[in-house]
Parts: sequence; structure tokens; C-alpha cells
Amino acid sequence: MSHAPHDDRRRWMGILARASAEALRTRLAEAPPLPPHTRLRGPETGLVMLRGRAGGDGAPFNLSEMTVTRCAVTLPEGQVGHAYVAGRDAAQAELAALLDAALQDPARRPALLAMVVEPLAAAQEAARAETARKAAATRVQFFTMATMR
Amino acid sequence: MAYVAVKGGEQAIANAHAWLAETRRGEAALAELEVAQIEQQLGLAVDRVMAEGACHDRGLAALAIKQAQGDLIEAAFLLRAYRTTLPRFGHAAPLATAAMRLRRRVSATYKDLPGGQVLGPTYDYTHRLLDFALAARGEVPPPAPEAAAPQEPAPHVTELLAREGLMAREPASEAGPADLTRQPLAFPASRPARLQNLARGDEGFLLGLGYSTQRGYGNAHPFVGEIRQGHVAVCLTPPELGFEIELGDILVTECQMVNQFHGSKREPPQFTRGYGLVLGGGERKAMAMALVDRALMAGELGEDRVAPAQDEEFVLMHSDNVEATGFVEHLKLPHYVDFQSELEVVRRMRATATAHIAGDTGQGSTQDSIGAGRAEEMAE
Repeated sequence: MSHAPHDDRRRWMGILARASAEALRTRLAEAPPLPPHTRLRGPETGLVMLRGRAGGDGAPFNLSEMTVTRCAVTLPEGQVGHAYVAGRDAAQAELAALLDAALQDPARRPALLAMVVEPLAAAQEAARAETARKAAATRVQFFTMATMR
Repeated sequence: MAYVAVKGGEQAIANAHAWLAETRRGEAALAELEVAQIEQQLGLAVDRVMAEGACHDRGLAALAIKQAQGDLIEAAFLLRAYRTTLPRFGHAAPLATAAMRLRRRVSATYKDLPGGQVLGPTYDYTHRLLDFALAARGEVPPPAPEAAAPQEPAPHVTELLAREGLMAREPASEAGPADLTRQPLAFPASRPARLQNLARGDEGFLLGLGYSTQRGYGNAHPFVGEIRQGHVAVCLTPPELGFEIELGDILVTECQMVNQFHGSKREPPQFTRGYGLVLGGGERKAMAMALVDRALMAGELGEDRVAPAQDEEFVLMHSDNVEATGFVEHLKLPHYVDFQSELEVVRRMRATATAHIAGDTGQGSTQDSIGAGRAEEMAE
């Protein structure tokens, strides 16, 4: 199985970016305590320009901006954690950056994956699947009369 | 144009704004609207304000709607103004709409197509009868039915026509697009600049223009090749990381209009497409955008530009409702000196004209007097 060097980190960053501050706090309450961290940057809110493609697959164009909050923190052991999350929730961005730093520590990673990242991933996947099943329930089943063919 | 520095009126303005706040709140005995309620229950208004305010943030758009008492153009203005206070972190990768997690996908050109016809949470096929049950309090509707198997992503319908060679593929490009938030529009405008302009353009203006192309002003024969609505991931590569990460998911609506094209001196007969993409569930806006995008391709396709919707300067310079409302509404600000000069001119013209009528023979030229009056106005 091919595995790019950042695949694990990209995956957990994407999951943390989709989790509310409240969901992150709830999961962290069950996990081993995190070390104190130092803020390197932010949390700060800014904009990211969203792009589309002409015709869906052609030249890129600027669609609209979007609010994004980012944060960078460091742990006493030296790991640097980053977060870029959609929206303006500074607490979410800081918790996500802290978790990103802690998840880079091989000693902490297994517990944090099991108690924070995987439960969040499961909840997000369940919500996506529910939407996809609701969409499928509105899929039209055509009944074509034989004489019309 | 001269604006006058006006002193005085501070107290009147403060009192007017206090009355505005009281009016906005409405009857104090009724519960106050919460921003979260607007975001959840007036979702299509939120979508429109985000699209025309050109800033994706549901909470801010909902707040703007509350502040503007539901005036969506005022709300878009508020959101545009707010975005200028924020720094730009970068730009996202183009949204992968082919991989969209579909909640709605319909085609008017193919009945059976990969992925099928998925209606989603639509107003289509409703009877447009007022539902008085919504005026009564309290009922939470039951959850929508779920199928056993989930809806899977589906390829774009236009891909089917492109594979057969009946529709030109979009030219592949990774060029950095023009950005209207940084550089003003220049003409002729590039397709990316046009699409950005239309994406943030006023829905009503684009709807009227799109309608005009259907009624014969631009000779369009459009079909909805596909409308799709669903969530796509927003991906960004922060320079400090050097690899792409996902920041979250957003709901977008995409429309591909397929148009018959008889060919021109430059292009063989084929189908052409107009493209619409908007934040949120603004399907009417996506359709109108696609119609106008196609009309504006007249230049590239070698069609005669005969209709307003094909005139890119007319369309692109008047589509932005924040700019339009600014210029139209500035007319109500004090123009006392301007108007004073107009008064002088009209009085003088009338005096001259009256003198001529009284003099009966019309010595001297009225034309000259008007000319003199204009010269004075210009001097002011």
C-alpha cells in the first residue's frame, strides 16, 4: 500500500478541522492529559479564497472568500502543531493545533488516535452516510411503459 | 460632483439610529430572533448573502441578515465590509465538484445516467400553496426517509457529451486567475474574471438577464445538462506545511447549461456549455449564472453580440449589487451645492426664455444662454 509521508497527519488534520471545539473538548476529557503548550501564532482569523473551475474541469476562477482560523503551537518536547479550520472558532483552532502537535509524538499518538481522532472520524462518517442515504431515498425510479421504447 | 461638509444633524442621526434599533427589534413581548435560528431556518437567505457578499461564513451572514432586518442586499454589503478587515491567508485548491457528495443531482437532458436523478431537499414539485401548519407552533417534522444504500458520487453529465466529441472540453489550465478583489475589471474580461464577477453578482440581475436570453435576446436554446448540489472539501496547502490539508466542507450548487450551437466561422456545430457555481443552495442563481456565462461567450465563439446579456461591459459592470446600491443610494445624500447650481441654471434659462417670449422677436439665442449656464455648472 502506497503511503505518502504526510498521509496520517493530513488525515487527522482534516478530521480535527471538521470537529467543533465542544466535540474536541468532550473527546479530550476521556483522553490522557495533554502537556502545556506555547502559542507560536494565533489563533487568528483570516480569509482563504475559494476557487472553482470553468465548466467544472477547466481553468480555475476565484469563487468567493471564506473565513478560516489558524493556530500554531509548540510542546515542551519540541513538536510544532498547526491548524487551519473553516470558520472563526479560535478555541477549535487552538485545540486542533495542540492535538496536531501531540499526535506527532509517537508516545502519545496511539491513545489520542483511539480516544479522540477515531471517534470523531466515526461520527463524521456516520453523518455523511446519513446524508447520502437521505439523498438516495430521493433518487427517482422511472417506470417506462414498454410501448414508449 | 461636489459633496458638502454638513455640520449639525448629529442628534437627529443618533435618534434615527435609536429608532432603527427599536424598529429592528419589533414588539418587545415577542422572543428575539437568535442568529443561530436565522442560520438554521433561513438557510437560503444565508446562502444568498454569502454568495453576493462573496464570503463564506454562515454565522456572519446570519448576523448580517438580523442586523439588516432581512434586507439581503444590505446584509451582503455588511459582509463585504467585514471581509475587508481580515487578512488573506492564501487560496484554496479548485473545488473538486466531480467528487461532490451529492444531496441533489438532476439532469434535464438524460433520464438514465450514472448516479441517477436525485431530487434532494427541493421546492420542485411542491404546489406553492401556503402551508398554514408552519404558522402554528411547535411540530418538529419526522426525520427524512433513508435508503438502504447511500448515494455515491457521479461523473459530470457534460463528460458524457465531451466523450462523444459533441461538446468541446474546457481548455485545461492551471493559470492563476484574475482576482476582482485585488484588481479592477479590465475589458475584454477573461472567462475566470467573468465567472468570479457572476458568482458574486446579484441574483435578480442575473435572473433577468438569463431570462432575456431565453426570450430571444441572445438566441439561446439551453437545456439543464446538470444541476448538482452537495458538499465538497476545501483544500489548502499552507506554505509552512508544504502539503495539502482539508479545512472543512462547504455546500455548493453547480449548474451546467447545455446549448445548441450551429457553428460559426471558427467553430463546428456542437453543444456548448454555460457554467454556474455558487455557495450554498442558490440553485436559481447557479442557473442564471450559467445562462449569462454562455451568453458572454459570444466573443470566443464568434457569435454576433446583439443582446444585452452578450455585452460583457454592460453585464459585468452592473451585476454587483453592493456597487449598484452604493451608487444609486448615494443620490439621497446631500447634494445641496450641486442642486443649487442646477437651480441657478434653470432660473436663468427660464428668465431668458421668458424675456424672448415677451420680446416676441427672439433677439439673442436661447442656445447661448444654456451654454453659458452649463459652463458655470462645470466650473462649480
